[in-house]
Amino acid sequence: MRQTFWGYRRPDGRVGTRNYVAIIPLDDLSNAAAEAVSKVIQGTIALPHPYGRLQFGADLELFFRTMINTGRNPNVAAAVVIGIEPNWTRRLADGIAETGKPVAWFAIERNGDLSTIEKASRKAKEFVHYASELRREEVDLSEIVVSIKCGESDTTSGLAANPTVGRVVERLLDAGATVLFGETSELTGGEDIVAARMKTPELQAQFLRVFNDYVGFIEREGADLLGSQPTQGNITGGLTTIEEKALGNIQKIGRARVDGVLEPAQPPPGRGLYFMDTSSAGAEAVPLFAAGGAVVHLFPTGQGNVVGNPIMPVIKLSANPITVATMSEHIDVDVSGLLTLEKTLDQAADDLMDMLLRTANGRLTAAEVLGHREFVLTKLFRSA
Amino acid sequence: MQHKFLVHEPGDSVGVAVADIKAGEKVTGVFLNDHNLRVEVVARQDIPLGHKIALVPVAEGERVIKYGVAIGVAQRPIAPGEHVHIHNLKSARWGK
Repeated sequence: MRQTFWGYRRPDGRVGTRNYVAIIPLDDLSNAAAEAVSKVIQGTIALPHPYGRLQFGADLELFFRTMINTGRNPNVAAAVVIGIEPNWTRRLADGIAETGKPVAWFAIERNGDLSTIEKASRKAKEFVHYASELRREEVDLSEIVVSIKCGESDTTSGLAANPTVGRVVERLLDAGATVLFGETSELTGGEDIVAARMKTPELQAQFLRVFNDYVGFIEREGADLLGSQPTQGNITGGLTTIEEKALGNIQKIGRARVDGVLEPAQPPPGRGLYFMDTSSAGAEAVPLFAAGGAVVHLFPTGQGNVVGNPIMPVIKLSANPITVATMSEHIDVDVSGLLTLEKTLDQAADDLMDMLLRTANGRLTAAEVLGHREFVLTKLFRSA
Repeated sequence: MQHKFLVHEPGDSVGVAVADIKAGEKVTGVFLNDHNLRVEVVARQDIPLGHKIALVPVAEGERVIKYGVAIGVAQRPIAPGEHVHIHNLKSARWGK
């Protein structure tokens, strides 16, 4: 059976599930102007963040890759970029404009905030009119890019919510779609299992290099991560060690094999399942997946992580009956029936697949309705 | 629901409580791979939902198995029915 969803086809051919006019500050200094525009012009969304100044080397590269690819994400219909000075502002805007979507940029120096806000608002208004006339079209499910990452996990994640995602991932890959996963350090104890899923020996070596690099960094910085990884919430939920957490985590890729290894914020070169080198912190990892081109995120939680994203719907599922009862407004799909054995894994996967398609078609997630727009940039080291 | 805990794989040394378990309670666990396969154990402590219960004796220094894989090392002898968590189980990877 051919599966489809209703999405926005962008000029570069990619398909989005949302239709944002993004107001993107290049740097921390431009947050105020970007947020002002988003208040004046309805239907826009600002993406404030604390960086973009005096970064250098690999850290600067990652910064630009993340910001440019966020603007390029097909959930963004058009973008207004505001920066303190013209050079880097134009660099960010030009990177986004390669997709063919409408982009404009404004620099604050020699203009001041107020004049910049006025000019940027007039352009943003034009873009909102443009975006509001775009229509969703029916597209094959193979065109969707989904990312997966869990948070505030507990043992119910490994028992039920993550295997549900795993089953959906298998179905998405069977349909020819693309799935991104990551959480590098949180594979510790399960890294050999993930390595064995890589489709070629070269990928296996590449994955282990990325993994050992990240874990080596953690081991150099600190010895005992108990309380950080696993988190205090993980421990309350019954998870004891990083190995146990990792083995639960990797249930999310089901029995699938991996087609490639990506740098943080790097879009995949083709369809299939891709590992992206990311932090395991939700608000850092999810923006990297969105920059990689993901248009919907599946987020299983045990104890109740509430994270969202400014441009990508984040679907929450939980199997923990206490979380589902006490934090119901955050949970889109309740899979607690897997613990009572009232539901089979395939039935839970049907429920999640249904919610994935409805969300892709436009249904707002709990995180979207509750205003969760966490957008934390990954920083590799101190600025100059 | 008759079961109070679930077990990932045959051969695992721990199960996971899916309801709060009281000390002294005789509880039934079901294996995820075969729901007809069951195991019974008497809880030695209160074990909250989501926490692990030992199914077999584990010696100090021995690996604790879950998902059919080692999830850490016992820090002291663990008896069947005991609550298994940060007081008696530690990562073999980090925080050595």
